[in-house]
Amino acid sequence: MAAAMPLALVVLLLLGPGGPARAESPRDSLREELVITPLPSGDVAATFQFRIRWDSELQREGDTDHYFLRYAVLPREVVCTENLTPWKKLLPCSSKAGLSVLLKADRLFHTRYHSQAVHIRPICRNARCTSISWELRQTLSVVFDAFITGQGKKDWSLFRMFSRTLTEPCPLASESRVYVDITNYSQDNETVEVNPPPTTTYEDVILGTRRTYAVYDLLDTAMINNSRNLNLQLKWKKPPENEAPPVPFLHAQRYVSGYGLQKGELSTLLYNTHPYRAFPVLLLDSVPWYLRLYVHTLTITSKGKENKPSYIHYQPAQDRLQPHLLEMLIQLPANSVTKVSIQFERALLKWTEYTPDPNHGFYISPSVLSALVPSMVAAKPVDWEGSPLFNTLFPVSDGSSYFVRLYTEPLLVNLPTPDFSMPYNVICLTCTVVAVCYGSFYNLLTRTFHIEEPSTGGLAKRLANLIRRARGVPPL
Amino acid sequence: MAAAHCFGRASTALAALLLLSFGSFAASQIEDQAEQFFRSGHTNNWAVLVCTSRFWFNYRHVANTLSVYRSVKRLGIPDSHIVLMLADDMACNPRNPKPATVFSHKNMELNVYGDDVEVDYRSYEVTVENFLRVLTGRIPPSTPRSKRLLSDDRSNILIYMTGHGGNGFLKFQDSEEITNIELADAFEQMWQKRRYNELLFIIDTCQGASMYERFYSPNIMALASSQVGEDSLSHQPDPAIGVHLMDRYTFYVLEFLEEINPASQTNMNDLFQVCPKSLCVSTPGHRTDLFQRDPKNVLITDFFGSVRKVEITTETISLQQYSEMESSYKEDQMDEELMEPLKYAEQLPVAQIIHQKPKLKDWHPPGGFILGLWALIIMVFFKTYGIKHMKFIF
Repeated sequence: MAAAMPLALVVLLLLGPGGPARAESPRDSLREELVITPLPSGDVAATFQFRIRWDSELQREGDTDHYFLRYAVLPREVVCTENLTPWKKLLPCSSKAGLSVLLKADRLFHTRYHSQAVHIRPICRNARCTSISWELRQTLSVVFDAFITGQGKKDWSLFRMFSRTLTEPCPLASESRVYVDITNYSQDNETVEVNPPPTTTYEDVILGTRRTYAVYDLLDTAMINNSRNLNLQLKWKKPPENEAPPVPFLHAQRYVSGYGLQKGELSTLLYNTHPYRAFPVLLLDSVPWYLRLYVHTLTITSKGKENKPSYIHYQPAQDRLQPHLLEMLIQLPANSVTKVSIQFERALLKWTEYTPDPNHGFYISPSVLSALVPSMVAAKPVDWEGSPLFNTLFPVSDGSSYFVRLYTEPLLVNLPTPDFSMPYNVICLTCTVVAVCYGSFYNLLTRTFHIEEPSTGGLAKRLANLIRRARGVPPL
Repeated sequence: MAAAHCFGRASTALAALLLLSFGSFAASQIEDQAEQFFRSGHTNNWAVLVCTSRFWFNYRHVANTLSVYRSVKRLGIPDSHIVLMLADDMACNPRNPKPATVFSHKNMELNVYGDDVEVDYRSYEVTVENFLRVLTGRIPPSTPRSKRLLSDDRSNILIYMTGHGGNGFLKFQDSEEITNIELADAFEQMWQKRRYNELLFIIDTCQGASMYERFYSPNIMALASSQVGEDSLSHQPDPAIGVHLMDRYTFYVLEFLEEINPASQTNMNDLFQVCPKSLCVSTPGHRTDLFQRDPKNVLITDFFGSVRKVEITTETISLQQYSEMESSYKEDQMDEELMEPLKYAEQLPVAQIIHQKPKLKDWHPPGGFILGLWALIIMVFFKTYGIKHMKFIF
């Protein structure tokens, strides 16, 4: 089932000296790659990444050393094919050739998890940053449920996941590769078999652990020769041992507590499961204005003691204009749970501001956690241009930690909802009361009574009397 | 004498025959020209397709709108000329057993949602206000292009609406209604602003004919699925999905449109006959008194497709090479070779965040309220204790 993720577009403009540049990067280049990671549960995670880089003719004077950040989020947007279509249109080969052939909506949305993103950033081409290139990265991550797609078996293949196979690389791409994560199975050939056998492997420290990937290069003519298509398959020779995956060093949860429709409390739990290292986390919360936060009730506790953040920035909300913005840098002690909680009061909206289905509730956007998590294995400094795209999305120059951006779950709160049928009820009742009470009084006071002589009857009565006289009966 | 007469008669007969043939040839030419004259004078096509119902059990209204969208796109109108408004999401609704699909036929034969659908107004954005703003063009300047109806006076516009309606109104999203008078006034605004050449209005709701009763602008043709006092019925439920998939009228219109291709010469009279009472149970109605051309001269593709008259030219155009850009790129390349490789900026500069200088708050003079409050306090004080204290204060 597709999990509807909030669509957050973060445009981070880094205007400062920083950015990779190599003398031989072509004028505009496209690199595409697909990373397939089989998960211990049997599900398969697939991440597409497309990077387009082009030179900009703009010349900039001097060195501006400041950061601009605008944060806007739509808490609830159902992500479906109508979001995928404009995303695909940004790709140069646009689902006709290369890896984007696999982007078929009916398979991508029948998944446990679906996430799409567009990242744009400028890169300085020289030290003084007077000429820049732009980098556009598009990422799409899906997690396929083994039982829905695999019909119960844990083997997977590209055809089974995407109902398509790879045929030709995108002619505009300078690099087009598929990486399959075979970290746990590269030692022996007895648990798993990957078909066709990979020509090369790639080993690196990704997200703090050493990982091995089988590499399939679509631009390598030997790859797609006989059958004109590439269908990667993975077969399990032995049933995989169901071991629990390792707990990540940083994870978070968020929930609303309290009762009633007046007050509540918003709590975020941050878990640091590293046995001995503490690290800082930047927590960004954007709460809509109709939850009036009481900032004096903001408490941060770790291991039972109060934890004072190293940096707090709070921008209060203005009704109907802007939401609350709360940004804190919190040091998470090793092996602990940190609870950040704040109380709020729910506001009453004007009746035209309610959505057509207000009893569903109102969504609160997730908090964003950014952290440099210490790695288990130190990474050696790499050449950014040569390494695959998934390594350079959030590159960190210091190899002892890796950068992670987490989103907590979006929340649903009920606001005090009026009864929308009341205007109709009031009109009916008032009109009835006015008609019955005032109307009766009005009639009694203004009605005049006069006696009306009965009419002597018309022709019919005379005819009837004639007949009655003939019969001998008294007349009418 | 008789021979001469015969000859004369034969010659006159021959002359008459020649004249007749000439005349018929000329007449057919004139007829052709007259037919050209009655062809539509539009140069572009637009479509505004609106589904006004929310909630899963109104799946059929979304399927109705998407099937018209599919036909209109298939016959040539591009996404940039279609304004699609869907009030709720059925394809990726958690209750949909087959995500990213919306079916119109039982047994899941036809997926009208498709692979490249572009929805312009979705979910809460489908309101009466937005619909009227799209029609009349009175949109805030920040509206993206895909949400605008950028038609001109040579545009043929197809407007399709479906949902729940009644006598004289159409319900939007269970919370507001649009009346037939508002709709007629919106069309009049469009006419006065020259926003359409001809307009085809199709509505598939209960008592749909009441919505076109009040139109008074020229060049509007209207179709409805049922008359006043009748309900439009839905077609068939699907046991796997659990809801009714389509409404009857639109189902038969879809079947009719599936046989149309961009070269078809089918005209509007065939569309009027699409769903007789035996199939539709309700009586579809139409209104053509405001339309200037005869419906039998109006092609279906005048509204549902985007058939252009193409003129082929044999001229050649030469494309120039951009030589000056290449030279500047070479300069940059030489520049770059001398530079050392640069790094990405820091993702989370913790030290910089912690040691930021606190921002100086600007001093603002006290506002009117504070000044008024102090003036009141001072006034009360002096009134109470007398003006003689003033020289001790100031």
